[in-house]
Amino acid sequence: MHINSPDFIARSKSALADDNLQKALKNLKAGFPGKRRKAMDRMPEFDAMRDQAADIKNKVIENLDFYLETFEAKINDNGGHVHWAQTPDEACQAILGICKSVNAKTVTKGKSMVTEEINLNEFLEQHCITPIETDLGEYILQLRGDHPSHIIAPAIHLNLPQVSDIFEEKHHLPRKEDPAELMQEARDIMRNHFVAADVGITGANFFVAETGSTMIVTNEGNGDLTQTLPKVHIVVTSIEKCVPTLEDLSLYMRLLSRSATGQESAVYNTLSSGPRQEGDQDGPEQFHVVLVDNGRSDMVGDEHQDMLRCIRCSACMNHCPVYSQVGGHAYGWVYPGPMGSVLTPKMVGIDQAGHLPNASTFCGKCEAVCPVRIPLPKLMRTWRERQFDQGQGSTASRYGIQIWSALAKRPKLYHAMTRIVMPLMARWSGSKNRISSLPLGRGWTLWRDLPAPEGKTFMQQWSKKNQEKQP
Amino acid sequence: MSLSPYLNPSRNTIAQPRVALFVTCLADAMRPSIAFATVKLLQSAGCHVEVPSAQTCCGQPAFNSGDRNNTRKIAQQTIAALKGYDYIVGPSGSCIGMLHQYPELFAKGTQDHVGAEQLAQQAYEVTSFLVDVMDYQLPSSDLKAQITYHDSCAGLRELGIHSQPRKLLSQMPKVVLKEMEDSDTCCGFGGTFCIKYPDISNRMVENKAANAKASKAQLLVGGDLGCLMNMAGKLKRQGSDLQTRHIVELLADMLSHPALGEANNTPLKSATIDLAYEA
Repeated sequence: MHINSPDFIARSKSALADDNLQKALKNLKAGFPGKRRKAMDRMPEFDAMRDQAADIKNKVIENLDFYLETFEAKINDNGGHVHWAQTPDEACQAILGICKSVNAKTVTKGKSMVTEEINLNEFLEQHCITPIETDLGEYILQLRGDHPSHIIAPAIHLNLPQVSDIFEEKHHLPRKEDPAELMQEARDIMRNHFVAADVGITGANFFVAETGSTMIVTNEGNGDLTQTLPKVHIVVTSIEKCVPTLEDLSLYMRLLSRSATGQESAVYNTLSSGPRQEGDQDGPEQFHVVLVDNGRSDMVGDEHQDMLRCIRCSACMNHCPVYSQVGGHAYGWVYPGPMGSVLTPKMVGIDQAGHLPNASTFCGKCEAVCPVRIPLPKLMRTWRERQFDQGQGSTASRYGIQIWSALAKRPKLYHAMTRIVMPLMARWSGSKNRISSLPLGRGWTLWRDLPAPEGKTFMQQWSKKNQEKQP
Repeated sequence: MSLSPYLNPSRNTIAQPRVALFVTCLADAMRPSIAFATVKLLQSAGCHVEVPSAQTCCGQPAFNSGDRNNTRKIAQQTIAALKGYDYIVGPSGSCIGMLHQYPELFAKGTQDHVGAEQLAQQAYEVTSFLVDVMDYQLPSSDLKAQITYHDSCAGLRELGIHSQPRKLLSQMPKVVLKEMEDSDTCCGFGGTFCIKYPDISNRMVENKAANAKASKAQLLVGGDLGCLMNMAGKLKRQGSDLQTRHIVELLADMLSHPALGEANNTPLKSATIDLAYEA
């Protein structure tokens, strides 16, 4: 996927002006957070569970080699294959190799953000293999040539008429406007794809080292048809999605759906533990797991390691006041919102994604709702530190901060300056007692007034009262 | 319900504790009446208040801009300036929250880290100090107002301040709190965020202003001047008659200065009769 993150400001402006998008974002805000709240209220042990979930993931990350090798050995025992992919290209090549070995013409796909990350659809098309998205949201996006704007509700930025439009145009069937009818139309078309596909590709929400199993969590059941009907099932996932045991998995299952949609459980929670065994009624003949690294192993031991705990629940973006104004496409790459603002610079470079960790008020809601206690504002700040150290960012703001700091480090000079400046500013504001245009603060006064200072500073008035007694 | 000092380890047991006022740079420069109101409240709660002169800013602008070196230097200076008191109290959850983050600026085991830990343990936002540490009861108050309260992000989520301002306000018999929708959602200030991303910030403060107005309150109250200036600035640009004040101004009954961005000390707009509420 093309990286549009450098255009964050322009993209966010057009998002703010897009009425359809704004309506969709209001619906999102009205939906997920409230449902999550209700689910959490019914689970008083939530805080203890998130501590445990963070601890387990930390243990996995600190011993990642051990758990991944255990997983691989188990997969081999089960008759499957693991493919290690350090880069997106290696992942795509591995998938292509498997597809070619069975002469695949079409592949069905369950929802997977990692396949967005490695740009798999475009790659397969270039090699004359047709990928068909089977998650309804992803399917709509594929018809439109669009990309997800949310990691679990990919087409959240679209409204019903836009879906009617694209179905009418691409399916060549009479226009439908009822959601149930549209769904049925998609379902009818999808059935044929499920049966005809040579290969099924899914992601994995988690994979279990102990048993060599991968797991998908869906609400539509499309993932199950994708992975059980074709002869070959390829799981494309990333190395940090590992959990040690099935017992541990049950903890994350309790956290994931509640954090995401407020459901106590998603509709389908499906484990895959290898190809069809003798005596099995169904299942794929081949089972492959492509483990994508793409920069993640570099995060082990660096200041962004905590980000590897992420279970992609989307609670951070659902609660983010910035995401809920601009939507996911403004962020310009695969992962939006707070988690994307930490991850995207890692994957595409801070020079490309520099806006993302800056476009946050550090309000802390993301961290407050994170089921694995990722300190997202702190991690965004580390990106700002790296930018500052590398001399990136606007010159004006860099100088501004350094001038401010130089003053703040010299209390006497600082207080002497404010003593002069504040009364001048108060006088300049006139009788209105507010300032509606500031030459050096246009970002402020473009949209709001600046309440004027009272005049004399507190320190000046206090020292005049001579009440200070040094300890 | 107040806990005994035995059950609540933060409860003060010192007679007339010596408190250093952390003024905060914004209150010092823009609205000294907030600092005076804080002093009045602390004295009324039985504290001996001093104002160390070597304080400036908590360093948060540098911290959030990624300038760690300057943040450390400002932190060292602030730690030194605020040393030797029983408590440090300031009228801002954001700035006090920053003092609480000082320990992570320094390597464990260093003198700086010890000083930062000490400061973090002693530093309180004013409403939390009055309620959690001093178990303060407001003197009787005649102030009559329908207010709505904005929970500023850092106070709420870094320091857990939510019930304390409400508890104090509830001791003013004629003050009616009309909670607005999304009172815990960011107002869009975010320090340099509002300058760097003015359009997004604007939409956020527009939403906040709309929620505040929809509460039918006469007065928008909060505990952080940055957020209050943002919200008041928006409301005044919109021509709204909803006034904005820092909570300590109400608690200390120091309302002689005009509300933020108001030309005069105009009376509150007449109370809107909210039938549902009255019923």
